[in-house]
Amino acid sequence: MSEADVLRQEVLAPVADVGGPQQPLLAVRGLSKHFAVGGGLFGRGGVVRAVDDVNFSVDKGEVLGIVGESGCGKSTTARLIIGLIAPDKGEITLDGEPVGPALTLRELRRRVQMVFQDSYASLNPRLTIEETIAFGPKVHGIAPAVARARAHELLRKVGLDPSLFADRYPHELSGGQRQRINIARALALAPRLVILDEAVSALDKSVEAQVLNLLLDLKEELGLTYVFISHDLNVVRFISDRVIVMYLGEVVESGPVEALWTDARHPYTRALLAAMPSLDADHRTQEAPISGDPPNPIDPPSGCRFHTRCAFAEPVCSAEAPRLMPTGNERHAAACHMVDPASGHSRAPVASPEIQHAI
Amino acid sequence: MSVNPLSAPIVDIRDLHVRFSGERTVNALNGVDIALAQGEVLGLLGESGSGKSVTLKALLRLLPPRRTTITGSMHVAGQDVLSMDDEALENYRGGVVSMIFQEPMLALDPVYSIGDQIAEGVVRHKGVSWAQGRARALEMLEGVRIPSARRRLDAYPHEMSGGMLQRAMIALALSCSPKVLLADEPTTALDATVQIQILLLLRELQREMGMAVIFVTHDIGVAIEISDRVAVMYGGRIVETGKLRDVVKNPQHPYTRGLLASTIHGAKRGVRLETIPGAPPRLDRLPPGCSFAPRCGLADAACSQGEILAVPLGPQRNVRCIKLATNIAVPVGV
Ligand SMILES: Nc1ncnc2c1ncn2[C@@H]1O[C@H](COP(=O)(O)OP(=O)(O)OP(=O)(O)O)[C@@H](O)[C@H]1O
Ligand SMILES: Nc1ncnc2c1ncn2[C@@H]1O[C@H](COP(=O)(O)OP(=O)(O)OP(=O)(O)O)[C@@H](O)[C@H]1O
Ligand code: SF4
Ligand SMILES: [Mg+2]
Ligand SMILES: [Mg+2]
Repeated sequence: MSEADVLRQEVLAPVADVGGPQQPLLAVRGLSKHFAVGGGLFGRGGVVRAVDDVNFSVDKGEVLGIVGESGCGKSTTARLIIGLIAPDKGEITLDGEPVGPALTLRELRRRVQMVFQDSYASLNPRLTIEETIAFGPKVHGIAPAVARARAHELLRKVGLDPSLFADRYPHELSGGQRQRINIARALALAPRLVILDEAVSALDKSVEAQVLNLLLDLKEELGLTYVFISHDLNVVRFISDRVIVMYLGEVVESGPVEALWTDARHPYTRALLAAMPSLDADHRTQEAPISGDPPNPIDPPSGCRFHTRCAFAEPVCSAEAPRLMPTGNERHAAACHMVDPASGHSRAPVASPEIQHAI
Repeated sequence: MSVNPLSAPIVDIRDLHVRFSGERTVNALNGVDIALAQGEVLGLLGESGSGKSVTLKALLRLLPPRRTTITGSMHVAGQDVLSMDDEALENYRGGVVSMIFQEPMLALDPVYSIGDQIAEGVVRHKGVSWAQGRARALEMLEGVRIPSARRRLDAYPHEMSGGMLQRAMIALALSCSPKVLLADEPTTALDATVQIQILLLLRELQREMGMAVIFVTHDIGVAIEISDRVAVMYGGRIVETGKLRDVVKNPQHPYTRGLLASTIHGAKRGVRLETIPGAPPRLDRLPPGCSFAPRCGLADAACSQGEILAVPLGPQRNVRCIKLATNIAVPVGV
């Protein structure tokens, strides 16, 4: 019996697969979350459209990367999926089962776990590392001794010696060590889906490489599916099968990772790729590829939300919001008028019957 | 850049040791030397847990006094950091040296708005009016490209995204024009487009204000964008230091070589990433000699006998490795 089998047996029966391999593990339809923000003494209050009509799905065993500008709604999307906050609109289904009253939060936790962006704020300062990792399994009825053994096992898996770390408190760890505790904790319930929000950004490159290798191994061993949020495009390219790009609460492009890297269609995606730091000490970056400030999320630009910073913007761009359109590459879509033959943008492709059919 | 290495360094750390005691002992720093000239940017790289954050926190005297033993010396702008009393520390922190923390939540107070937190510091250190403090806060939030800065002045930390918090913290740290900025991974939560804007902004402000910066980062690309010089830490010591270009193009210490080889840039999907085998050293009882020896392909018995001293390879270029001569013949990427 492999190590993984032992873990499964001892801990919790894995959540059974329902819809078979063809059914996406996660499907998100029309998801929206708006936050009211107070205006303080000056100015009136407003609404931040953190997530606005977002659609995507994640296949079983797939790694979906989410990238995008800071504040574009990546973490909010993650928090909606794990049920930390309730959506204003839209639905989330897990292996065909709608998340909501029918699927209790407790059951949802068994299926979906998250590694949070702020490794410090997401750990309870009064619990030791061992207690932190064993907490979830204990809540789910696992005997304390088994939960503890499992916690030690997971510590070893994330490269931390239990004899040195099990009884430490979060403030006694370095940032990278804390982030690995978060990963261990997320895996303790043997979930099906793990959302990793900037999970490796606090790690140095050699530990990052170890953790990424580990994540890929665990995915194989435990049959996991990941949603991987990161601002590090090198990491996203390495780990993801498909990627979605968000801008101001909306999905602006999605597709297989290689299609995105070699044939990005949305100007924001291209700017993002161009903004990766130079690795050449003799040629540092002199100018940022996107000029202009990120727009106000409270009162987002009309039409295409990127038009205020886009080098290709034309009148149609501020008048009408582009929809996600297939680009012609398989599973690759972009929300830019330059992709839509019917938009009237001067750089739009001439409509071909084939593409019209695809739409 | 007008870096004058001959003038007295603005930051002068010598043989710094930091030990945490209590239930267990952690020898976090084991002889760290850093000399930083005014206007110079030092990139600090290194293994997770190697002591980067502890170095910065020690320099701000932020470590828990009861459980921490500090030896060695630290001088900043001529002042002896270890002998400062509470009042001197108050002026020193934020006024002379300020820090951008690895975790925003450690620096920001959850119950005050961002604008008030910045204004409070400015009023305290610069003796200006509250209105001027608020005006400075707005100016700083705009400077770090926080969208709708005026409205965000009244936002509380939990209402902001991770990247915005990082930018708010950068604004807070720079608001009193410190002489020395300690930046602990200040751009890890930022997307590439904002990251490069912030790096360019920091470079510009740093030049304008003549600020010295210690910039901790895991991202070689970021280090390349910002640093004049880099230092690489392992097991509480600086194992290699030199001009950015020299270290990146011609790393000498086996750990530095491993670190640069592990970089994921251009890695193939599905192929396991190269890593440095083995685990970081136990800091409760350090091995004699080189703490990298158990993981090092070049190590022999001599590496574990007695302290390894830094070998100077040129001006401002040092490597703590006794196998250097053999080492040079080994191709990069061991
Ligand atoms: N509780 C809240 N109250 C008000 N506004 C919020 C709240 N949570 C998030 N927001 C706002 O929603 C927007 C999206 O935030 P989110 O944290 O999802 O961004 P993100 O894409 O994860 O960004 P980052 O890369 O910087 O972490 C931001 O403008 C943020 O300020
Ligand atoms: N207050 C403390 N008490 C005990 N040990 C501590 C304390 N703070 C840090 N340490 C330990 O000291 C060592 C150095 O920690 P430090 O935070 O400086 O690492 P770092 O180089 O910044 O790592 P990272 O890149 O992961 O942030 C680590 O092994 C850590 O566990
Ligand atoms: S729709 Fe217009 S403004 Fe938006 S990205 Fe495309 S060309 Fe630019
Ligand atoms: Mg986030
Ligand atoms: Mg640190």
